[in-house]
Amino acid sequence: MRLGGRRRKSSGVSTAQLPAGRTAERPEYDPVRGPSGRTPSENLDPPIPAKDFRRRPLTVGGWLVWGAVAFFLVNLVGLVASVVVNSFAVTWFDTWWPSGLTAQYYSMAWQEMALLDVLVVTLQVSAAVVVLSVLIGVPTAYALARRTFFGKRLITVLFLLPILLPPMTYGIPLATVLYKFDLAGSMTGVIIANLVPSVPFVVLTMTPFIEQIDPKIEAAARMCGANTAAVFGRVLAPLLVPGILAASILVLVRTVGMFELTFLTAGPGSQTLVVSLYEAMFSAGIRAQQAVDAMAVIYTGSMLVLLVIALRFVNPTQLVTRLKE
Amino acid sequence: MTVTAPERPSLKHRLAERGVDRTLLLLVPGVLFVVLLFAYPVLYGLQLSFQPAEGGSPFANYSTFFSDPYLADTIWTTLRLAIPAALINVLASIPIAYRLRGRFRGKRFLTTILVVPITLGTVLTAEGLKQYLSPVGWFNRILMALGMDEPMRLVPSWTAVLFSLIITGFPFAFLLTLSYLSGIDPTLEQAAATLGADWRRRFRYITLPLLAPGLAITFCLTFVLAFSVFPSAYLVGLPQGETRVMSIAAYEAAFRDGDYPMGSTIAVIMAVVMLVVIALVLAWRSRLYRGATGGKG
Repeated sequence: MRLGGRRRKSSGVSTAQLPAGRTAERPEYDPVRGPSGRTPSENLDPPIPAKDFRRRPLTVGGWLVWGAVAFFLVNLVGLVASVVVNSFAVTWFDTWWPSGLTAQYYSMAWQEMALLDVLVVTLQVSAAVVVLSVLIGVPTAYALARRTFFGKRLITVLFLLPILLPPMTYGIPLATVLYKFDLAGSMTGVIIANLVPSVPFVVLTMTPFIEQIDPKIEAAARMCGANTAAVFGRVLAPLLVPGILAASILVLVRTVGMFELTFLTAGPGSQTLVVSLYEAMFSAGIRAQQAVDAMAVIYTGSMLVLLVIALRFVNPTQLVTRLKE
Repeated sequence: MTVTAPERPSLKHRLAERGVDRTLLLLVPGVLFVVLLFAYPVLYGLQLSFQPAEGGSPFANYSTFFSDPYLADTIWTTLRLAIPAALINVLASIPIAYRLRGRFRGKRFLTTILVVPITLGTVLTAEGLKQYLSPVGWFNRILMALGMDEPMRLVPSWTAVLFSLIITGFPFAFLLTLSYLSGIDPTLEQAAATLGADWRRRFRYITLPLLAPGLAITFCLTFVLAFSVFPSAYLVGLPQGETRVMSIAAYEAAFRDGDYPMGSTIAVIMAVVMLVVIALVLAWRSRLYRGATGGKG
């Protein structure tokens, strides 16, 4: 029933799945809609009265689900708010609310920890990782999605491993190899280390995305005289944009938040925000707790800005397959 | 490639029938990358683990690891933390994603809110938990206002690390499950509804089987996230006790003690334990239906 309601609201649904005989079974619509294959979506309704499920009273299960979501969110808000409030606190000990509010710890954190440099490094590293991983990953995903060949399984496993293995396991050997070639401790090293899980991540998310694009579309384009460049540039690329955006955003978020690999390969001038935050937390006691929290707030704030910008362009659920909406 | 040998035009054709054609050239940069920067360092670490710092038998590091309970027990410590966290994340995201898969007002807002914790990262989550769960933090204050006698000691503890794994892992699991669910063709469920199936039977016989491969992948990915827990185990856990996970042992061996081969050894054992769990899940997944109607992954 819910699905009936859902389908009624959606318009412009693909009519290709509807067998041609379907309209003949419901001849009362034909005079209105005409006998062509382009049946309007209303004709797809199952013969169940469509109800708007938004107005359905919530069941016990519904309450439980919403309760769980609410509990999770309340604790999450409390967790983030404790950090935010403490970063503004003059002093806060054994009370519900700090004794006074001040912003002085932000300027302290900004100056003492050279946050501007850290932010620039973070930005450069993540931009480089996103662009490179898409450039390397998408062609690979295309080949894996469209062809079956000898050794495909092996290659798939090879791309799965860097995602499935914890960064600490391959991070330690990777860091040595990078040190051996004098790459670690610099920005290049951090970018290379972060690419290792990012490229396979793009491949893994883009392969099912490309698989669900009908190969007949490409065949049709070729039939109409398009060459390879035109097939890629004018047919595939527009269809791939949502997937590439989704993959890029996830890579971006992973890179900015990637602690282990950056931690193992970064030198003094190439620490990203999250690593310098960890260092500040680990050496707690040297600095005021509020200054560390101020840094944490700056980190979260920049991540949130990224996320909000990103979510304007992409629906997070488009990660695997595109929604039929 | 021999694909374009001019004197045997049929070879190209025969290879193309087996899926070998110029499209495969697109694989070259990706494969080259993963071999050079992933396979080579891993193999290098592997051979290093057989070269103990003090010399001796190639397996000296491994026998040290398994004979020293302080090191060997980290395997169980890690699994005891990672498996509950991954299971909670996946099992909680199924009903929530199932309920939220339709359209309703504010769906985008709610999805966005649930995505936010991913951006927090483990380091910030640890910082937040430290204050939120502390004896004078808001969590304990609320519990005491509700009638608890004395504050719970939650940081540092095993529970705090589990919380941090749920906070960072659940939204990830939820997002994946929701996208797998959205990928399932709604007409299938409509067909079942037309035949009179109620939502329980639709879920049991239509949605769940199509979703299961996706759930297996979701479990694997959240398990990896939880298994590799490092910063929060240090910051809100008991790094010398209940939450001394393998990554802490590996890190301490390699970077605190400078025994690089031992660090590699622990990293190798860590990878093997992990892959055993993943292989079990994927073996189960390969027995499932994976058709074009969605839920695949």
